Amino acid sequence: MTPSAATNLPTTSLTMLAQTAAQWSLTPNEAEVERLLTICNACRYCEGYCAVFPAMTRRLSFAQADIHYLANLCHNCGACFHACQYAPPHEFAVNLPQAMARVRVQTYADYAWPRALGAAYRHHALTLVFALCVGFAVFLLLALLRQGTFIHAPLAGNFYAVFPHHLLVLLFGSVFGFSLLALAIGVRRFWKAMASPQAHTSAPAVAEATHDVLRLKYLDGGHGEGCNETDDAFTLVRRRFHHLTFYGFLLCFASTSVATLYHYVFGWQAPYALSSVPVVLGTLGGIGLLIGPIGLLWLNLRRHPQHGDATQRPMDRGFIVLLLLTSMTGLALLIGRDTAAMASLLAVHLAVVMALFLTLPYGKFAHGIYRSAALLKWAIEKRMPNRLQLGTD
Amino acid sequence: MHYDVVVIGGGNAALCAALTAREAGASVLLLEAAPREWRGGNSQHTRNLRCMHDAPQDVLLEAYPEEEYWQDLLKVTGGKTNEELARLTIRDSAQCRDWMRRHGVHFQKPLSGTLHLARTNAFFMGGGKALVNAYYRSAARLGVDIRYDTPIHTLELIHGQFVAAHTAQGERITAHACVLAAGGFESNLPWMREAWGEVNGEWPADQFLIRGTRFNTGTLIDFMQRAGADMIGDPSQSHCVAIDARAPLYDGGICTRVDCVSLGVMVNRHGERFYDEGEDFWPKRYAIWGRLVAQQPGQIGYAIIDAKAIGRFMPPVFPGVKADTLEGLADALGLPRDAFMHTLNNYNAACREGTFDHTVLDDCHTEGLTPAKTHWARSIDVPPFTGYALRPGITFTYLGLKTNADSAVHFAGQPSENLFVAGEMMAGNVLGQGYTAGVGMTIGTTFGRIAGARAATAAAGQSQTHTRGAA
Repeated sequence: MTPSAATNLPTTSLTMLAQTAAQWSLTPNEAEVERLLTICNACRYCEGYCAVFPAMTRRLSFAQADIHYLANLCHNCGACFHACQYAPPHEFAVNLPQAMARVRVQTYADYAWPRALGAAYRHHALTLVFALCVGFAVFLLLALLRQGTFIHAPLAGNFYAVFPHHLLVLLFGSVFGFSLLALAIGVRRFWKAMASPQAHTSAPAVAEATHDVLRLKYLDGGHGEGCNETDDAFTLVRRRFHHLTFYGFLLCFASTSVATLYHYVFGWQAPYALSSVPVVLGTLGGIGLLIGPIGLLWLNLRRHPQHGDATQRPMDRGFIVLLLLTSMTGLALLIGRDTAAMASLLAVHLAVVMALFLTLPYGKFAHGIYRSAALLKWAIEKRMPNRLQLGTD
Repeated sequence: MHYDVVVIGGGNAALCAALTAREAGASVLLLEAAPREWRGGNSQHTRNLRCMHDAPQDVLLEAYPEEEYWQDLLKVTGGKTNEELARLTIRDSAQCRDWMRRHGVHFQKPLSGTLHLARTNAFFMGGGKALVNAYYRSAARLGVDIRYDTPIHTLELIHGQFVAAHTAQGERITAHACVLAAGGFESNLPWMREAWGEVNGEWPADQFLIRGTRFNTGTLIDFMQRAGADMIGDPSQSHCVAIDARAPLYDGGICTRVDCVSLGVMVNRHGERFYDEGEDFWPKRYAIWGRLVAQQPGQIGYAIIDAKAIGRFMPPVFPGVKADTLEGLADALGLPRDAFMHTLNNYNAACREGTFDHTVLDDCHTEGLTPAKTHWARSIDVPPFTGYALRPGITFTYLGLKTNADSAVHFAGQPSENLFVAGEMMAGNVLGQGYTAGVGMTIGTTFGRIAGARAATAAAGQSQTHTRGAA
């Protein structure tokens, strides 16, 4: 055999790997993750970046449940791709974050409830347009039915003059309740598939996972300088824009919750003053939810072409745009609530929020739920003794 | 454009030289032979730096004093080292990491499976490619000009002084000073073939796999040798590890290693054992197996283990060949069944199993067997059985340019005033043979920084002379 003939060998053996994987009935995307993790586990240079690699080294082989778990533990920060001595054009063609992203979206679909709606992940643009149409149809029709026109005399910010409070509670309560239920069932299926029988959820594990979720620990690059965007340089911008988005969303949610309390517990009727808690929370949240998604969208458009799965960009951007529309229409409503356009502004805002709630379990939002579950599993797993004692001599 | 300093090479040593020269105020051009996506030479496959320290330091445990480091180096090189340059390297390793951090390198605790290096080696987070990326970013930020796809074929020298470098495309690049840091010659297969020669009708190097970059062609080592530079090292010597025979010809890196040899037996293609697999701990012995396999017919060896070994060594990148019987394994590996069974039966019968413990030199050994297996000898009898075919994998070559504490290139014992050398092209001065983890990067960092500083000084002196000459 000549040395050049040796170059044909790895391809053969990698094909063998893929065939082994196929015997365990892995999907092609899962088989690719299995192939890459086998390479990564023999290298391990990236152990310091995130939780995926320490979790990987606790395993010698990767079954479907391991692949689903590790794929959801991956934050797609890009650090391992840029550090990889086996990244393309190397013949091993290692791009772990991309392979992980492809499996991730598949897990959202596989574990979705009802299962048939999992298809929404593959047809995200359609799902989004459909959800928006439903939202618009409901609220514009309602507005028209009740008012007879979109333009009306100023109502001094009294939204309930347009849509009665109980109707809004009924509509949003049921849609949000359904979305929460769907997400809960989905993540429970995911958890059961990857759960280890010996594992016990402990308070420190829950605390650590919560910390990792709320701080976005694994977007810090392991060294605190952040993750990768356009190239191999590290930056904290994604983490910061994500924080603005996430905490903006939570503040908006808190605003609604406080308003609900005001309404039912204290009997205080909207509209609330600009200095009131719901309006302040909503305004701050709205601003976060304006800047955050704009930043994330900007980053998404500039992202290195090899980062993640390009076919999922429409899903990512769809969700970002929906968040952005939520804050924009919400802030527009705040500004125009004393004008004749209030009913229209309110209908548009509610339609967008409705679309957001409808798509929560069938779009990018799911990443937060599944990743949190994976982080909890890691927090539990790392507290268990490692049964492998490789190369400790 | 005329530069103060031109650095030829694009790995760790070249980058350290370029960064240091630029920090000293020189205008610097770095010429990398590889395209951008393959930049960094063998440095992209490295993972740590061997560091002297007298007390615990961030990621480094306990202490690793100068004397112990020196004794380790003396031992692995068998005395083929230069004490002055070695101690210079060791002392610099205690101080260089803050500088590395300033240029974006991150250190981390040892990787899983490398606890034996926790005291002596600082690991690069993400490995050597992350380090190389950080240095390139820092170089670009500081204003070092970088050109990829620019291999240098010849230098223009006058009385041992650098005048210009000539690219493969025929371009002439002038500078006041030059640093050579273009790596060894291990990826030059015809040269390796010639250096290893013909043995028993075979050309052993034809079966070699190169663990690192394909761009270490040794063009400038060859040129400098012909130009009369003082050389060091023997071209037939290289760091040579037994790696998976299915590894790619180039750039297989770390993951192609197979760490199960000390847990089983190693046979050649005739099914015969040829060396004590349990002589010492694997990290201390892995580097002898490349040459041992190179000396076997067909330059191939087969590591054979049973189920007891699974989970006790780092998982290899390629799956092993498995069989439920030893006869079946011989067939699957294409080994002569009778000879293989004879070897395995004799080995199994000779094993005197005491208390197996892979973390110490245990008392499991063979009796009356040649060659003996002196530790961790347990009979191979629990199916399934696994075999890995291994070939010599070349990490780097030792042939290089003789240098001094100024990292100057020498001609007939005289140091050049403006031509310097760093990295693999001179590592043989410190590491005449053998290896210990992380020392290559330490040599590259130390001499890269010295070469860069001296080149900047030489360039400043030269440009002054020119200015005075013009005035």
